[in-house]
Amino acid sequence: MQGGILLPRLDRAGLLFGAVALGLAILIPVLNLLVPADSAFHVPPHMVALMGKYLCYALLALSVDLVWGYCGILSLGHGAFFALGGYAMGMYLMRQIGPRGMYGHPTLPDFMVFLNWQELPWYWLGFDQFWFAAIMVLLVPGLLAGLLGWLAFRSRVTGVYLSIITQAMTFALLLAFFRNDMGFGGNNGLTDFKDILGASIQADGTRSALFAASAIALALGFILCRWIVRSKLGRVLVAIRDAESRTRFLGYRVEHYKLLVFVTSACMAGVAGALYVPQVGIINPGEFSPANSIEAVIWVAVGGRGTLIGSVIGAVLVNFGKTLLTNALPEIWLFALGGLFIAVTLFLPRGIVGLWTDHRRRRREKQAAAIATQTVTEGQ
Amino acid sequence: MLLLLLSLLVTPPVLAQATGPLIDALATDDYAAKEQALTALTETGDPAIVPALKALESGQLYRRLADDKVLIGQEQEESISLTDPLTGAAVGTEPAGNVELIRVNNRLRRAIGASLGALTLRSPDAAVRRTAAEAVFVSRDAAALPLVEAALAAEQDIKVKRSLEQARAAILLADDTLGTDDKLSAIATIADKGGQAVLALLNPLLGSEDAAVAKAATEAVRLIENKLAWAAAAQNIIYGLSLGSVLLLAAIGLAVTFGVMGVINMAHGEMVMLGAYTTYVVQDVIRTHVPGLFDWSLLIALPLAFVVAGGVGILIERGIIRFLYGRPLETLLATWGLSLVLQQAVRSIFGPTNMEVGNPDWMAGAFQLGDITITFGRMWIFLFGLMVFAALMLLLRRTPLGLQMRAVTQNRAMARAMGIRTARVDALTFGLGSGIAGLAGVALSQIDNVSPNLGQGYIIDSFMIVIFGGVGNLWGTLVGALSLGVVNKLLEPLAGAVLGKILVLVGIILFIQARPRGLFALKGRAIEH
Repeated sequence: MQGGILLPRLDRAGLLFGAVALGLAILIPVLNLLVPADSAFHVPPHMVALMGKYLCYALLALSVDLVWGYCGILSLGHGAFFALGGYAMGMYLMRQIGPRGMYGHPTLPDFMVFLNWQELPWYWLGFDQFWFAAIMVLLVPGLLAGLLGWLAFRSRVTGVYLSIITQAMTFALLLAFFRNDMGFGGNNGLTDFKDILGASIQADGTRSALFAASAIALALGFILCRWIVRSKLGRVLVAIRDAESRTRFLGYRVEHYKLLVFVTSACMAGVAGALYVPQVGIINPGEFSPANSIEAVIWVAVGGRGTLIGSVIGAVLVNFGKTLLTNALPEIWLFALGGLFIAVTLFLPRGIVGLWTDHRRRRREKQAAAIATQTVTEGQ
Repeated sequence: MLLLLLSLLVTPPVLAQATGPLIDALATDDYAAKEQALTALTETGDPAIVPALKALESGQLYRRLADDKVLIGQEQEESISLTDPLTGAAVGTEPAGNVELIRVNNRLRRAIGASLGALTLRSPDAAVRRTAAEAVFVSRDAAALPLVEAALAAEQDIKVKRSLEQARAAILLADDTLGTDDKLSAIATIADKGGQAVLALLNPLLGSEDAAVAKAATEAVRLIENKLAWAAAAQNIIYGLSLGSVLLLAAIGLAVTFGVMGVINMAHGEMVMLGAYTTYVVQDVIRTHVPGLFDWSLLIALPLAFVVAGGVGILIERGIIRFLYGRPLETLLATWGLSLVLQQAVRSIFGPTNMEVGNPDWMAGAFQLGDITITFGRMWIFLFGLMVFAALMLLLRRTPLGLQMRAVTQNRAMARAMGIRTARVDALTFGLGSGIAGLAGVALSQIDNVSPNLGQGYIIDSFMIVIFGGVGNLWGTLVGALSLGVVNKLLEPLAGAVLGKILVLVGIILFIQARPRGLFALKGRAIEH
């Protein structure tokens, strides 16, 4: 590792991506806030929120790609980390409502008053502070991933077994969060948010700021992932992906590497969820459904796993298609999504980015062949 | 009074003519007098007065103002049609102004209940007598004691006798003047009965001043509570086995496709769903064309569900899975996509709502086994699960197809070299696993909502069971499913349904720590990959 820990040597792709994301983070809010509404370049507020949502999905896809594309851990539970981060943020937003709820209780959220609760449960304490909620956004998914990963990797649960256990984990959380007595709003989840950090959550300025925050978070996530996969650590991860037993025989503590990358990825997913919640204005147990997690996997597969940029492209493309299709023909969407799963695995195993790199490689080979024949003919 | 009652009861019942005036005595406004009349009536021990008492209790006994005669009345629009309380013969209709309702208060109502209970103690039907004895036991009416004693003296039937003795003991226990020995024997008698009602009887005696009585009562309470706990546990185990057999049905097809072939079929739940919808279609056709066959609908649906789900399974194997052998994660994604497509297809054809699937007569009802209730539906599903399991075992062990399946699983290249058409065996194995899932669907249609999402609820559990039991081992699946069902139901009262499920899940993850290859692990090196 040259350049030390604090100043990782940024590669070209990481820099480029960061620059594009920063550009977006400035451009979209400008187009939304400063360009008059009748101009062709004006971006309406709902579009800002929609794009912000896509960026959060992209960050989730990135975190899935990190464990699946580079370490071979197919997690079907990343939606759970996303949702936990979202709930942590949602709890902060609920506490910000203060006495403006329907029942006007100074500290208790509406649903607790409705359930006749007398005081805030202990696990809600501290969520009135943003810094505390921000720590929880990272800590809760990280701890869960750490616990599950430690148990699973230690006993060498791999491949499909691990996938099914992660899916069971998110399913169990789904059941748990549906319950009213869990104290997370039960079936309805957390909603009716008012402000974030003192700014109204409905205001155009706040929406733009949230979009910018999502773009910056995605850029930072991307740079972090680039740094991981290009470092020696990343090389070991790929070795684990391609031949776990062999890596272990070479003396690497495989489970430590896996655990590290799994926890990192879960924290990233948590951040994505935390940014997602204020932009959509609700978090409910439905986010824990196994279907959500597996959908995130298909975004990565469509874009091309093991190529960080592919997961971002896949997440944005698939969700854009989802928005278009569900508006036009709602019942077609599931057919399309199901078909996508089948088609990508059968015909496009390396995703869109894989297609592009194959195409470029073939062109280069052709050129090389052409040059070679040229030199041969010239030599004659 | 007691002597009189006894003398009355050992003599044959008084003739009805003598009863008439006694009934008329009820026509008074004074409640104490009414009670006296009731006591006198009860003392006759004549079953013929039961209709009159029932009418009195339900507010249908009237006094005819013209001659003070007491009659049973049925309210019409403007008038009351009257019948004789003893003979039941109609005696005409009167305008509502000509009769007066005989009112009862709560105290009287209780007394009537006790009287009715006591009167039926002498019914010719043993079952009725026993019910009456139970009623006396519940009411613990001291006035019924002589009747109970008399009935005991005359009783021949052992079961009824026991009920009568328990009723007598219950009445005696409520009496504070009793001696220690009598109380002890009463406690002993009643402790045999067991149940919540007896606990309520014994609890006041726990603090009795009489040390011997208190001790006996404490002992009896402990015994009964133990018995109750055992009964509850047994009932829970039955529930658990029934849940386990449902899980077994859902998982056993997966034990073939995932356990034997190693294919991760995320659309397995949808095969179950297809089986359930086949049942719905079969019942629909039967309802509209041959309603008489309805009781046979499930038996007709079974082979059809097997063929439908199995056929779809073969198509899936030939169309998708065969290109993905050796790539489990891709198989998982592709079959998940397939499950979405199948769900949406069913939603488009049948709509998203739950379908009405009826239960044939032989699935309805329940029977008692001691203190435990077992419904016929659950019992059949349990037996059906075991039958499917046994049939699959036989097929794998005793048929040429089973032999080929096992050969291909163990050593594909060698099997091919020996002339087995492995591709065909793959398709048939997958079809078999899917077909079994279809059979499960027929059974599950009887206890679960038949909707496009039916399968989703079972897929995770099924995989858990197959992993828990040990992949590739059918016995492991059987033991795994039943034990998971039982553990789930035993945890439920302690932790609630959801928490129980989560605990089971955590338990499995921890279990895999100890035995990564499941309960009944296959030995050898081949399983590493």
